[in-house]
Amino acid sequence: MKKHITDFTIVDRKSYGPNYFALTLQHPDSMPEIVPGQFVEVEVKGTREVMLRRPISIHDVDYKNNTLTLLVQIVGKGTRQLSELKIGEKLNLVYPLGHGFTLEGEKVLLVGGGAGTAPLLYLSKHFASKGVKPTIILGGRTKELIPVQEPFGQYGELCIATDDGSQGEKGMVTQHSRFAEKYDRIFTCGPTPMMKAVARHAQANGIECEVSLENMMACGVGACLCCVCDTDEGHKCVCKEGPVFNIKKLNKWMEN
Amino acid sequence: MLEVKLHNLTLKNPVMTASGTFGYGEEFSDFIDISRLGGIVVKGTTGERRQGNPYPRMAETPSGMLNAVGLQNVGVDAFCSDVYHRIKDIDTNIIVNVSGSSIEEYCTVAEKINELENIPAIELNISCPNVKKGGMGFGTNPDMAAQVVGEVRKVYDKTLIVKLTPNVTSIVDIAKAVEAAGADSVSLINTMLGMAIDVEKRRPYLSTITGGLSGPCVKPVAVRMVWQVAHAVNIPVVGLGGISCANDALEFLMAGAKAIEVGTANFVDPAVTVKIVEGLEEYCNRHGIKDINEIIGII
Repeated sequence: MKKHITDFTIVDRKSYGPNYFALTLQHPDSMPEIVPGQFVEVEVKGTREVMLRRPISIHDVDYKNNTLTLLVQIVGKGTRQLSELKIGEKLNLVYPLGHGFTLEGEKVLLVGGGAGTAPLLYLSKHFASKGVKPTIILGGRTKELIPVQEPFGQYGELCIATDDGSQGEKGMVTQHSRFAEKYDRIFTCGPTPMMKAVARHAQANGIECEVSLENMMACGVGACLCCVCDTDEGHKCVCKEGPVFNIKKLNKWMEN
Repeated sequence: MLEVKLHNLTLKNPVMTASGTFGYGEEFSDFIDISRLGGIVVKGTTGERRQGNPYPRMAETPSGMLNAVGLQNVGVDAFCSDVYHRIKDIDTNIIVNVSGSSIEEYCTVAEKINELENIPAIELNISCPNVKKGGMGFGTNPDMAAQVVGEVRKVYDKTLIVKLTPNVTSIVDIAKAVEAAGADSVSLINTMLGMAIDVEKRRPYLSTITGGLSGPCVKPVAVRMVWQVAHAVNIPVVGLGGISCANDALEFLMAGAKAIEVGTANFVDPAVTVKIVEGLEEYCNRHGIKDINEIIGII
C-alpha cells in the first residue's frame, strides 16, 4: 500500500470536552485507500520542544468528500499544539501507515476505551457497509471520559460501560452483559490493561482477537526501530508490523 | 556539478543517509526516488541477529531526540542472503554500517560484506553508545580504535569508512589513529551520550537510562568536530549530526566534509534527502558554482 506525504486542509473542528477534539481534513485531490486501523503521522509546527511528527489514528474516512477525521486526545505539547489549529489551516500528513484490522467476521465485537475509541468508528463503518452490524462496547471511568459515542450508533449496536455507573452498565467493559456472548472476532483499542483483559478473555474462549497498540514513535515507517513491542516473534515495530496485532503473537505482552 | 569522491567511491552528490534512520532504504521508496541520493548507509549490522534494548527506546528533547535502540538488526547472514538481494539493484552507493562487540565480530561481518559485489563500502561503527559491550568502547580510545580498524583492514579491501563518536576528549586524536591504521575515510559524528528524566514518574525516559542524542541540537558540535578533523587528516571526512536542510549540509561541506549524511530529519520529513539535493543544486546555480568541490573545506 503506497504511502504519501500530503498537505490536507482543515475543514472542520469539533471539541469533545476539555481533552478531546476532532479535526476533519480534506485531501487536495483524491484520497487513496485507507484500511481501518491505519494511522497518520502529523507534522507539528512551531515549537522547539516538538520536532517529531505525532502518530494519530484515523477515526473516519469519507471518500465522497475526500476527507479523513482524526480524533485526538490532548496528552502533551504536540497534541496541545494541534488543538490550537483552526479551520482553513493546512496540516501535513504522512499516511496511511501501519497494518490495519483484518476485515473479517460475521458476529464481531469492538471494545474501546478513551482515545482508543478513535479507530473503531471507521472499523464499524466498514462492517456496516458489508452488512455486518457490530456490537460496540465503549468504556470509561465516567461518561465524560468516553469522548465520542453518537456516531457509533448508526453503524452498530452501541453499549456503554462506566466505572461509576454514570452511563450504561456500571463496571468495566469486560463486565458488560454483552461482552461474554459468543463472537467470531473481537477488535480492541484503548488503555493497555483493558486490552489485555479483553485479549485474555478472547484467548480463553478461542475467539480471534486483534489489539491496536500505541507506543512512542519517531519515523512511523519501520526505519528507526524505536516503537517496538516485545512479541512472541521478537521485537516488532508497532508502526509497521502493527499497530494492529493478532493476540496469537502477543503471549508475552499478555502475560506482563 | 554535485559529484564528489570519497576515496575511490564516486557519489553523484554528497547527500547520503545515516545508518539507523533510513532502514534499508525500502521504507522510504514510496516518498522519494532513492537513486537520486549519493548513497545510503543501511542499518548497523552485527555478526548475529540482535533484539536490541527493551522499550522505551526513544525520548523527544528540545530540537532533538534520544534513542537507545541498541543495534536491533537481522544479523549479517540474513543481510547477505535476504536483504541484500532486495536492495542491491538500487542505483546508488549502498554502504553497510558494520557493528560488533569484539574485533572478531567486526572482522567476520566485514569479511562477509566484502563478498557482496554491489556494496562498495562499509562504515565501521566504533561509536554506538547503546550497547554494553564494544561499540563506543572501541571508539573512545585511539589505540583500541586503531587496533580494530587495522584488523578489519586486513580482511576488507573496498572503501573503509570509520564512524567516530563525539563522546571523547579529542576526536582529532581518534581520527588520526584510524587514518594511520588504514581507514579510507571517517564519518562523524555519531550520537552524543545524553539522558532525560520524566519528573512526574520520577524515572528516566529510556529503559537504558542513557541514550544517543541526535537532531538539530547537536549540529553546531558536529560542524565544529568536522572542521577540526578535516584540518587534521588527509582522508575524506563525511559529516553528519542534525542536518535537516541544504543550508545545514552546506555548513558541513564548507567545514571540510566531502559528503554528508542525513539522519533524524528523515523522521520529520521522509522526503528531506531529495530536497537537500535540490537545495544544493539551487545554491550552486545561484552562486555560479560549477563544481561543489569548489566550496568544500573553504573554512
